Amino acid sequence: MGTIAVERPVLGGVTEARRRVAGSVALVLVLLAAVVVSLAVGARALTPAEVWRGLSAAPDPDQRLTEIRLIVRTVRVPRTVLAVVAGVALGVGGALIQGYTRNPIADTGLLGVNSGASFAVVLVIALFGFADPFQYVWFAFLGAAVAGVVVFGLASIGRGAGNPLTLALAGQGVTVFLAATTTAVALSDKASLNALRFWNAGSVAGVGFDVIGPVIAFIAVGLVLALIALPALNLLNLGDDVARGLGVNIVLSRTVGIAAVTLLAGAATAACGPIAFLGLMVAHTARYLTGPDYRWLVPYAGLLGAIVLLVCDIAGRLLVRPGELDAGVVVALLGAPFFAALVWRGKFRSA
Amino acid sequence: MTGTEVKAPVTPGVRLGPVSFVWRPWVVCVTLLLAAATFLVFCVSIGVGDFPIGLSRVMATVVGGGEQVDQFVIMDLRMPRALAGLVVGVALGVSGAITQSIARNPLASPDILGITGGAGAVAVFLVTVSGGTAAAVVDSVGLSGAALAGGLGTGLLVYFLAWRRGIDGFRLILIGISVSAVMEAVTTWLLVTADIRDVARAQAWLVGSLDNRSWDDVGVALWCTLVLMAVVTVVAFQFKPLHLGDDVAAGLGVRYTRVRAVLLLCAVLLAGVAVSAAGPVPFVALVAPQVAMRLAKCPTPPMAASGAVGALLLIGADLVARTALPITLPVGVVTAVIGGPFLIHLLVRANLR
Repeated sequence: MGTIAVERPVLGGVTEARRRVAGSVALVLVLLAAVVVSLAVGARALTPAEVWRGLSAAPDPDQRLTEIRLIVRTVRVPRTVLAVVAGVALGVGGALIQGYTRNPIADTGLLGVNSGASFAVVLVIALFGFADPFQYVWFAFLGAAVAGVVVFGLASIGRGAGNPLTLALAGQGVTVFLAATTTAVALSDKASLNALRFWNAGSVAGVGFDVIGPVIAFIAVGLVLALIALPALNLLNLGDDVARGLGVNIVLSRTVGIAAVTLLAGAATAACGPIAFLGLMVAHTARYLTGPDYRWLVPYAGLLGAIVLLVCDIAGRLLVRPGELDAGVVVALLGAPFFAALVWRGKFRSA
Repeated sequence: MTGTEVKAPVTPGVRLGPVSFVWRPWVVCVTLLLAAATFLVFCVSIGVGDFPIGLSRVMATVVGGGEQVDQFVIMDLRMPRALAGLVVGVALGVSGAITQSIARNPLASPDILGITGGAGAVAVFLVTVSGGTAAAVVDSVGLSGAALAGGLGTGLLVYFLAWRRGIDGFRLILIGISVSAVMEAVTTWLLVTADIRDVARAQAWLVGSLDNRSWDDVGVALWCTLVLMAVVTVVAFQFKPLHLGDDVAAGLGVRYTRVRAVLLLCAVLLAGVAVSAAGPVPFVALVAPQVAMRLAKCPTPPMAASGAVGALLLIGADLVARTALPITLPVGVVTAVIGGPFLIHLLVRANLR
């Protein structure tokens, strides 16, 4: 989007900054509340006190406490941690990709990372018979990263580099191609078909710390790169020529930014499966809350991403009891109307 | 062009009563050549199989003659499949040409406008949820009929959601993307909760396939397509000025809202018919109009040529899917494998020019 990041007038500057700080503190508090609820809610509902006792290290002979401890530590905590981490990654990734492409409909899902990851997962299951997420998360990440780089590379060839539609088209082309090959493999191998349908729904459940560990490492690197890329992003949004005039190394800062997006989206997708619309949704909400300054917008988007993913996961546990709705499905059910409302209110103009 | 000289129109017009159009020999030539090529591939496709039949014998049988054995194999066994490919290809090509013209955007194909997604969601629901109402629905209208209704309903939903004092192409695409996403989310969830045997069936349907078509399947699709094509042919003459933009079209006396609504409805129905007959075969509706546009050297997708390219593409892809690969794949996999790189090729070429 051609939003131009202009510093607010100095007069309003102090209150504006105060408002943004207060807003981020409020978001952190909401996130903490969501974490507590996430630890407590589920097939077996726990009180906050029980959650606390389950988390605390003190030994207890009581049989019932052991059960609570088991639930909290092996099910609820990994799930909550993954939702927070993946939510931050997708939120930051979504805000960055919108910034770099100046494209209001950009979403990390558009970069083809989802299809790249599913293809890699299905392929290694069919070829090597991997069954454990710990084995295929690396390949999912690799597939996501390769697809992301290919799509972005295709979108930056020649004249069309600045055109929002170019990225969408490149993403669509790669996605459909990979989705077809994925289906071809899945249809000829029942094990991969079975794994694919669960992975495809986008879920933060059922993944242990052996998977979450490496994912967090990738996401941490992605966040550091995002931090490095942020200051230049405001200038890039003034247009390439202006940014160049102000001393920005355009190629370098784009590369760093896209590397960050690929790491963030790729790692989150590898662990949770494809979760569409989250980045898009929170990037727009963050812009509404903070204005166009990316130094504020991106952290806000990260916090919002964690909150939304966590809340969607909790909602999925409650909505269709005794079954569960995967977080990715809830996000899509929430995100699509949100997106339609944005469209309907005329937020996007044709390029 | 450097000067400001004005050229006289090089293409003469033709007027037949109330209907007038520009006579473009090149477009007609291309369309006829495409139709001939489609017929050839159609016959080759019929001839290939466990009991191979030579091209000349196929042609003789198709036009009405031929030996008894050939007649049985061709008319009873192979014709439905090939004809389904033909009908679905034409329907998808024309549907894509209409949606791309209305949205003035090559991205706008029935896949993206949610029509195939809606049909898919309904079909998967009926396949995976056994018993009760679902079974009753399948018994009465069949899976194809239900899928058609799903596609039509989704198409109408997208149209009404995108309506805001008129239809804007960009808004139509974006609303379509979001409605598709909801349908996909529902489909995914259904697949997660379903039995693995149903999943395999649903997945095979979802990718688009021409396997096991009978005359019953083809008949309905064939008649629907013929009727819709007739409507499109009549309305399309009104449609040309729409490329000039709403205001110009209105100034030229076209009641653009009504014309566009009718055409869009036809496009949705054509896509729905195609999906109900073969499942959501991806990319044909997107690729065929773009190829036809380039071959015919038109500024916008030509309807007839798009239909011909669609049929050629689908029958050709089915032929490849059946014969060229070690395992037999559904035709949808092949069209996607062709379509993805084609889209990228379009993109790269457009950018490098």
